[in-house]
Amino acid sequence: MDARGTSAGGAAIRAEGLVRRFGENAAVDGVDLCVEPGEIYGFLGPNGAGKTTTVRMLVTLLSPTSGRATVAGRDVVTEPHEVRLRIGVALQEAALDAQQTGAEILRLQGRLYGLTAGETKRRLSELGELIDLGDALDRRVRGYSGGMRRRLDLAAALVHNPDVLFLDEPTTGLDPVSRQKVWEEVRRLNDELGVTIFLTTQYLEEADRLADRVGIIDAGRIAAEGTPEDLKRSVGQDLVVASTRGEANGAVERLRGLEAVEKVDVRGEELTIATPDGPRVVGKVAVALEESGVTVERLTLRTPTLDDVFLEVTGNRLNDGGDDSEEDGR
Amino acid sequence: MTKVGINLGEKRIGARPAGFWRDLMSVAGRALRAVPREPEALVPALIVPIFFFAVNVGSLSDISSFAGVEDFEAFQLPVAIVFAVTGISRASALVTDIQSGYFDRLLVSPVSRYSLLLGLMVADLVLVIALCLPVLALGFILGVGFATGPLGVFAFLLLSGLWGLAFTGFPYAIALRTGNPAAVNSSFILFFPFAFLTTAFLPQEALTGWLATVADYNPVTYLLAGLRALISSGWVLADLLPAIGAVALVGLVSFYLAFSALRARVRSS
Repeated sequence: MDARGTSAGGAAIRAEGLVRRFGENAAVDGVDLCVEPGEIYGFLGPNGAGKTTTVRMLVTLLSPTSGRATVAGRDVVTEPHEVRLRIGVALQEAALDAQQTGAEILRLQGRLYGLTAGETKRRLSELGELIDLGDALDRRVRGYSGGMRRRLDLAAALVHNPDVLFLDEPTTGLDPVSRQKVWEEVRRLNDELGVTIFLTTQYLEEADRLADRVGIIDAGRIAAEGTPEDLKRSVGQDLVVASTRGEANGAVERLRGLEAVEKVDVRGEELTIATPDGPRVVGKVAVALEESGVTVERLTLRTPTLDDVFLEVTGNRLNDGGDDSEEDGR
Repeated sequence: MTKVGINLGEKRIGARPAGFWRDLMSVAGRALRAVPREPEALVPALIVPIFFFAVNVGSLSDISSFAGVEDFEAFQLPVAIVFAVTGISRASALVTDIQSGYFDRLLVSPVSRYSLLLGLMVADLVLVIALCLPVLALGFILGVGFATGPLGVFAFLLLSGLWGLAFTGFPYAIALRTGNPAAVNSSFILFFPFAFLTTAFLPQEALTGWLATVADYNPVTYLLAGLRALISSGWVLADLLPAIGAVALVGLVSFYLAFSALRARVRSS
């Protein structure tokens, strides 16, 4: 892969001790990041964790209170103009002018990035299938659906062929087909063109499927970082999850004493048992729960998800933060 | 599932600085494209000055001679023009951009920050001059003639346009400081003291009491005197220079406020 997004072999995105305070509140509280050229980095966290504030600092919209960051080898504070020439940004809300047509917005983007009319036309042609708006491209944006706006927003971020692409929750509000399409395009931009992609999301599946590495941010700090596989493996090879009726604390010691059980977590009426060999342990878990007098409503054997990782490192499930918006077509 | 195909065989297209003037024209072009698409903003701006011109002339022209005004149509035409151009701006659209996040999209591009505001002002200048034309046409229909000839008509339009431009700084300053559409709409209230506490209906020498004092300090008094001179008296520098000075003074103040607000808005703090 011919990776773009940096100068002279450095990191595409580097942040060192990045802090952003709003009054007494530290929205971002000492974030260190290193995203390699050509990487898709998933920045995962619930609402209010500091994802968007971090992105706004990296794209030069917000100055850090302290710390330092470079994007495409340029300092976001001292060389913001150089950074802006090298990045594409699709912010959380599809930011479009409703009075213009889709084509006018894209042509304006091209002009602002110094593209000639011919170059912009070529890029529009290249991006045509991603935009997938057909004749609607010549209609005003105010009549667009949420999905159409999102696709146009993404295209606007790509008109000038950026080295580093920032996508702040790019599939929020998209239907499953459009979401799939954006995922494919993100993957393809990365695979074929080597575009470095910094992707914030609160959707576990999105981070899992797209990101080469994932950083989990919670309360303004990076709580864990690694490849999705490594992160999930850190929780355990397999998880046995028991939903119980009533408190299950009484079974914990007995479960911990079982062979091949690495960890037991209790969260309300749910027990999570981490083990390297789920099929062998699940039966023993059922027996131990029975012997402890715990009434089991459901016993599940599954592999860990990023949500389990999130629970492990923050003590909360990411889905608790309202991830149901994923399905509500907002 | 359709695969998106970027042509990798051709030379890669990349971003580069567009330059201040191209940025300025891009922003102005976008603003001008939006004008006819917002008739709800354009139509009142067109109707109000014509309405006031027609009503004032119709109702006051017979008694204007008591105040020493011989040609009330000529006396009122500059007032209608001031009504047409004062407070016309793209400030509401700017607030919409701020609220929708489109302003942020512009800010993450390498566009010149000053062109973001100046581009809107260029569009405003074009618009206010365009708004002057129907009022001017009505004046001609009512028999108003220019002592300064066609060049005087051009100077009249230019001075009116520059006044409109000078005034735009106030709503832009409010838009950029607050990002609040209600605050921008309320900036229209500035229009009233400027437009009415002046020689809108009577010549300066006929004003008395506090109104005479306020009118002495109102820059619109000097603007109206300049515009009236172009119609009735000729190239009278004693009237034109104060008019230009009044426009420049208001422009200096309002632009200072607007560009200070722009710097505060784009400062990434």
